[in-house]
Amino acid sequence: MLSFNSVSFTYQSGGNILDNLSFNVRPGEFISIVGVSGSGKSTIFRLVTGLDEPSAGIISLASDQNNQRLGKVGYMPQQDLLLPWRTILENACLPLEIAGMDKREARNQVMPLLHEFGLAGTKDDYPAKLSGGMKQRVAFLRAVLSGNPLLLLDEPFSALDAITKLSMQEWLVTQWERRKSTVLFITHDIEEALFLSDRIFLLQNKPVTSVDVIEIPLGRPRTRSDLHRPEMLLLKEKLMSRLQSEVTV
Amino acid sequence: MKNMTSPLIVIMFLSCWELGARLYDKAFILPSPIQIFIRFWELKKVLLLQHLPATLLTIIIGLLISIVAGTAIAVWMSSSLGIRKALYPILIASQMIPIIALAPIFVLWFGYTIWSKVAVTVLITFFPITVNTFDGLSSDKKEMQELFLTMGATKKDYFFKYSVPTALPQFFSGLKIAVTLSVIGAAIGEWLGAQAGLGYFSRRMMTQFDGAAVFAPIFVLTVLGVGLFFCVTFIENRLLKWRTKN
Ligand SMILES: Nc1ncnc2c1ncn2[C@@H]1O[C@H](COP(=O)(O)OP(=O)(O)OP(=O)(O)O)[C@@H](O)[C@H]1O
Ligand SMILES: [Mg+2]
Repeated sequence: MLSFNSVSFTYQSGGNILDNLSFNVRPGEFISIVGVSGSGKSTIFRLVTGLDEPSAGIISLASDQNNQRLGKVGYMPQQDLLLPWRTILENACLPLEIAGMDKREARNQVMPLLHEFGLAGTKDDYPAKLSGGMKQRVAFLRAVLSGNPLLLLDEPFSALDAITKLSMQEWLVTQWERRKSTVLFITHDIEEALFLSDRIFLLQNKPVTSVDVIEIPLGRPRTRSDLHRPEMLLLKEKLMSRLQSEVTV
Repeated sequence: MKNMTSPLIVIMFLSCWELGARLYDKAFILPSPIQIFIRFWELKKVLLLQHLPATLLTIIIGLLISIVAGTAIAVWMSSSLGIRKALYPILIASQMIPIIALAPIFVLWFGYTIWSKVAVTVLITFFPITVNTFDGLSSDKKEMQELFLTMGATKKDYFFKYSVPTALPQFFSGLKIAVTLSVIGAAIGEWLGAQAGLGYFSRRMMTQFDGAAVFAPIFVLTVLGVGLFFCVTFIENRLLKWRTKN
């Protein structure tokens, strides 16, 4: 689906972020990326989306034939970035319009999805009227409608309150299972990563030279109580201490 | 109940004026509001059918030119830093020109045609449109541009689907200022040389010591300015429904 092959990246202003990093993402996987603040998680997304190019190494994307990654992945930024002058329906239509679809056709295609995404009845509302959780749903729907099987979500729930966050996590899993998309998910919340992911990538060192891959020993569907199993508690402890050691480096 | 304070203030102001004018009792210098209104009523045909259309035409042509040229310059400036750095000082300098002094030159160039008046109007109205639209266009967010890029958007997509709607509220702020100034611009232009128009009529009455008839077209100009302002506000609320609905 996606692979990084000895990728290095340095910002022009001098920060060396990735050094000879390699990893692989399989189709249909749910992968969480965790790492301390400033370790380079968002930078990895910028590289995958094609906003930045690696200074060395190869990034290959299944949907990408001619080495042009812009427009080939669905990207959901941390802030919802909805357009305030567009209604919910119109916001969701944006990627289709950009892809050149006729406005009416785009509407017809998006309309049934609003219900499926738990946005029924908000179609003519403006984003300012919606709660944080609802806005994130719209942003997610918009990412899905980019039509790309690989979705990148950058801390989508970090601004939500604890309860909304939990229900959005469950909602996200349902959507992911139904759409069979591949998800890369950045988070600071270990529990969130454990609950959602097939595998967790923990960024190591600074600059990042490798990812520590952690397989989650849980099947699906999962429940919250699965997180309280002894092996999961151990895993959580392990992840916590790894992150802490990264901070002190 | 709507807010009644501003009508009250206007009524109080007019009453004081009325009282003062009656005590002073020199209508050719200070006519009272009632005298002005009576004079307006007597002159209504000439004012509304002959001079108002002339002024209105000047204002509309002037505003149209300002809107087209002003937004074009704003878009051009926002397209590159070099152009912005080159144009901004010139733009500001253009507002330092004393227009009253320049207007006679316009008359020299364009004669007593409508174009000398249009030129004055354009000169004072394009600035608020350009500056405000430019500010609006520059207030775009980098994250938004990147989001558009990740969707595979072209420059054109980004401009029409993001930059234009972002700049629209600012454009309207500029237009509201421009509309108010356009009335002043047209009147100044007519003062300095014209064959018709409310400004011209007011000046002509001055030479005849007809105080009330000097004020009557000014009254019409004021109403015109307020009317144009409300037109713009109406269109603005229509186009920017999302702001009022929130
Ligand atoms: N445009 C840029 N130019 C130069 N340096 C940058 C730029 N963007 C980010 N950096 C630096 O690169 C490093 C990694 O940034 P990145 O945003 O990828 O971190 P992150 O892991 O997403 O952090 P967070 O968890 O806080 O979001 C940081 O030290 C940051 O200061
Ligand atoms: Mg980040």
